[in-house]
Amino acid sequence: MSLIRVENVKKYFKVRGSLFKKVKAVDGVTFMIKEAETFGVVGETGCGKSTLGRVILRLLKPTAGKVYFMNKDVLKLSGENLKKFRRMAQMVFQDPHSSLNPRMTILEIILEPLKEHGIVVDDPEKYITEHLEIVGLGREHLYRYPHELSGGQKQRVAILRALILRPKFIVLDEPTSALDVSVQAQILNLLKDLQKKFKASYMFISHDLAVVKFMSNRIAVMYLGKFVEIANADELFEKPLHPYAQVLLAAIPIPNPKIARERKKIRIVGEPPSPINPPPGCRFHPRCPYVMDICKREEPPMVEVEPGHYVACWLYARR
Amino acid sequence: MSKKYLELEPEKILSVKDLEVKFYTYAGVVHAVSGVSFDVYENEVVALVGETGCGKTVTTRAITRLIYPPGHIARGQAIFRRRNGTVIDLLSISEKELRDIRGNEIAYIFQDPTSALNPLFTAGEHIVETIVAHSSTNRKLARNEAIRLLKQVLIPHPSLRVKTYPHELSGGMRQRVVIATAIANKPRLLIADEPTTNLDVTVQAQILDLLSELKKQYSMSIILITHNLGIVAEIADRVYVMYAGKIVESANVFELFEKPMHPYTRGLLHALPDPVRRIEKLEYIPGTVPSLINPPPGCRFHPRCKFAKRVCREEPPMVEVEPGHYVACWLYAKR
Repeated sequence: MSLIRVENVKKYFKVRGSLFKKVKAVDGVTFMIKEAETFGVVGETGCGKSTLGRVILRLLKPTAGKVYFMNKDVLKLSGENLKKFRRMAQMVFQDPHSSLNPRMTILEIILEPLKEHGIVVDDPEKYITEHLEIVGLGREHLYRYPHELSGGQKQRVAILRALILRPKFIVLDEPTSALDVSVQAQILNLLKDLQKKFKASYMFISHDLAVVKFMSNRIAVMYLGKFVEIANADELFEKPLHPYAQVLLAAIPIPNPKIARERKKIRIVGEPPSPINPPPGCRFHPRCPYVMDICKREEPPMVEVEPGHYVACWLYARR
Repeated sequence: MSKKYLELEPEKILSVKDLEVKFYTYAGVVHAVSGVSFDVYENEVVALVGETGCGKTVTTRAITRLIYPPGHIARGQAIFRRRNGTVIDLLSISEKELRDIRGNEIAYIFQDPTSALNPLFTAGEHIVETIVAHSSTNRKLARNEAIRLLKQVLIPHPSLRVKTYPHELSGGMRQRVVIATAIANKPRLLIADEPTTNLDVTVQAQILDLLSELKKQYSMSIILITHNLGIVAEIADRVYVMYAGKIVESANVFELFEKPMHPYTRGLLHALPDPVRRIEKLEYIPGTVPSLINPPPGCRFHPRCKFAKRVCREEPPMVEVEPGHYVACWLYAKR
């Protein structure tokens, strides 16, 4: 059953100093997230993946489109229902240093969402200590301030703050990109364990394909505000269909010198164009090695090539 | 200054010996680099790998004495063969001679291209400045050379781009300008400090391709500093693994990935999500990097090491376990 359904969501930002120019950060994205699954979103800087995460949580109001959470229209929620949604849908941000209030102790930081939602616990110290242990911290951290913790420990606090209300859905926006590999591994394992324990769905946003693959059941590849391919994680890595997905996969450094040096190098030139004036037709066409005439004129539809494997590319669509 | 006779094997270009760098901070003396030795051969890419704060950047900055107070190079030698064949110790020559080498025979590429470029200078001016500072060429010829260099680093429309300012360029393009500036004087040694960390993967792949290509063309050696083992596997020939200010293992790249010996190296490799294989759980190294104000005695990794024994509180010697494969760990050393 789907927990989240996103239908043709768009988010445009006005450009300062211009009446008509708009940054089309997210430009028509449709997908759904099942219960207890991890849906990964990969893409390069500025492709709109973070904006998408924020729109789903209603931290940003979309320009167009619909978001459903447990079959309720998120954009129409208000009052008690909105508050209930806020409780069930949480977020963990990239930089734990700026997402934790430096003037609050860890105890206060984690109690804050409980207070906000009127949940009373008998013995807060005991209750929070028990939870700190779940994320690998302990009693000794209760009265510490964020600056006294390492980056990995801070991210554990941020994760616990998101989890303490037992949400059904968490958007994880690059939760480990500020951390070293050895610490990243700890946090990724923790997130997986917590998912099993609490049965939450994750939307995992990252630019690191290896990390997304490790975490996700299904993955969407995003380019300039649009999804170009959605597939099961293993299938995407074995058989990427969209030329951009192929290029992206070929560009990940593989930590094995033999494989890294023998594999075929697929490269594209240049960098993604500006989302202010995205190219017409398929947005990837100016950089695509397989570009055809139609790609320059018409936008490719998202087609299901194999069960659950969707791609938006004229190489696979029928006219 | 006494003129000591220095030796350097003919196939080597740089040999750093027993380097020690300290930082005198209010919190105490930070032992950032403690007795680091490594060699760079002609035409090779040497990678220095390690996590944040392990001293890899400080090590390479110390090679040309780019350490400023409260930092201090306490000990060591950096023996370098100059273009004219003379062998010198970079840590004891005069500042004047060193200035002649920096940006000329040894060039740097730093992590953040935005702060490496002066916002008031055009792309071309950066390159012209670097050329003119080290030769008697006039600016006009240097400018033509700048255009040629921009073309070489694959910047489209080089004769137009030579006039653009850094803010008009994307991150990847800025890094290309930095690279063009670094290779302007055909350095013998290029030190690239996390050259692709702020870039997207597709751009990163382009820059790595470019660096390998330039290495061949200019027959230079590259010291590549990175925390990304994937990048190491892609382009390095030899690898030094650093932990908490010391080198713990070094080997040929194939050997290192196939037979990592030091528990830290193994931990690092296993902690990496592998894009090729399906893994359920990542192995990880418990704990965090120690403070370098009071580093643990002996092997600095022992508080996090699952094989730690009592002997690990003593300094492990660097032993050659297989030809060219060195490791500093009591598991492999005889007492």
